[in-house]
Amino acid sequence: MVLAGVTGMAGAAGGALWCAHERPAIRPAMTLDDRLSAAMAAAQDGDTQAYRDLLRDCLPVIAGMARAQGVSVEAVDDVVQETLLTIHKARATYDPARPFLPWLRAITQRRAIDRLRHSGRRPQEVHDPIAYEAHADAGPAPGQRIEARERERSLARAVAALPDGQRQAVEHLALRERSLDETAHLTGRSKGALKVNLHRALKALRKTLSNDKTLSDDGTLADDGAVSKGKGNRDV
Amino acid sequence: MSDGALSAGLRHDRLVEALAGDLTPVRRLPAPSMRALGWFAAALGIGVALLPMADLDALRLRMATPDLRIAAFGAVLTALTAAVAAFQTSVPGRSTAWALLPLAPAALWIGASGAGCLRSWIVPGTDLPDANEMGGCLVFLLGFSLPLSVGLVLMLRRACPLRPNLTAALGGLAAAAAAAALLVPFHPHDATATDLLAHLVMVGLVIGANILAGGRLLSARSPRT
Repeated sequence: MVLAGVTGMAGAAGGALWCAHERPAIRPAMTLDDRLSAAMAAAQDGDTQAYRDLLRDCLPVIAGMARAQGVSVEAVDDVVQETLLTIHKARATYDPARPFLPWLRAITQRRAIDRLRHSGRRPQEVHDPIAYEAHADAGPAPGQRIEARERERSLARAVAALPDGQRQAVEHLALRERSLDETAHLTGRSKGALKVNLHRALKALRKTLSNDKTLSDDGTLADDGAVSKGKGNRDV
Repeated sequence: MSDGALSAGLRHDRLVEALAGDLTPVRRLPAPSMRALGWFAAALGIGVALLPMADLDALRLRMATPDLRIAAFGAVLTALTAAVAAFQTSVPGRSTAWALLPLAPAALWIGASGAGCLRSWIVPGTDLPDANEMGGCLVFLLGFSLPLSVGLVLMLRRACPLRPNLTAALGGLAAAAAAAALLVPFHPHDATATDLLAHLVMVGLVIGANILAGGRLLSARSPRT
């Protein structure tokens, strides 16, 4: 199950996983709002990379807010674009002492309402109002992309917290789908050791993700040490 | 991934890159209340500068009358609270309930002026303004409302009013109330029904002009409009 989940998410989560692995200090206590607020404060001071990360992080949040506002799937991307432009123009109005998400929500809701008004002005012909009301929405539910991104982050944290050998086994064999030979050549470990490490890593990940463990600031599992210290879970 | 989703992702990536490339450091706007106080201080400065031209003895006598004093205080308070509300609603994420803030002071201002009208009917020998004086008052009010409104709209444009018409209307109320307060030292009459009506028409005119002109100027900040 975990392997399927891990490999299934490999394509989409790969970027997030490597990013998380490259960042030494993962602070799970930092909420989404704190992170975005800090990034906007840095952007106000001219930090281009923080601004780029902020806008990218805002994309699923804006899309979810717009969908919750009643914007159709086809129109969500337009609302996202208009909201990004407004964020850029209004960035001086953000006060880092206040939460970021209400500021973003106010802008998104306004741009969503503008969009709904705009589309409401176009003539629409509906012959069957009940069928129109009951028509299933083809798009994802509001917040789905945010939840997916959170799942990717928790998986990235769990993988990053594994001992080196296990992490390498998961990254090469499960996420990058390399062969045992390739992985053995790249890591310098024997194929047997890689198999054992992968087995232990998957067992640890299954336990970690099913219990929704928290991570300490240095990126290791904080509560029971099942991954890093437990019997039978060391690298080979 | 569908072609549509792919192209949307690319569009977003391009826009993010363009906006990041366009990023320059910005100075955070001071708190809305502080900015409102700045505008109010400027209006107050105009009042202080004009004071030597007024008949201070007559002003002292008029201020001894409770309803005139309360009406003047109400106008000052309306100008301040409407300015605070206008600046608050110009910042995204601030509650629109701020728009209710000037209602009570405005009620005090209009109510006290109305009470003055009743007194003028009851008490004989009230000093009634003629048509020329009334016209002069209106010119004074409109003449001061205009620069005060322009100054306020220019300050509000630095923020990002998401409801430009509401913000402009509050700005209009602030400017009209400030002009009415500035008129007090130069208004040598007791309040009358026609006087009150003229002031109300002027307030309506200033608010309407602000919504028409100021609303458009403020919504020009929005990338859509």
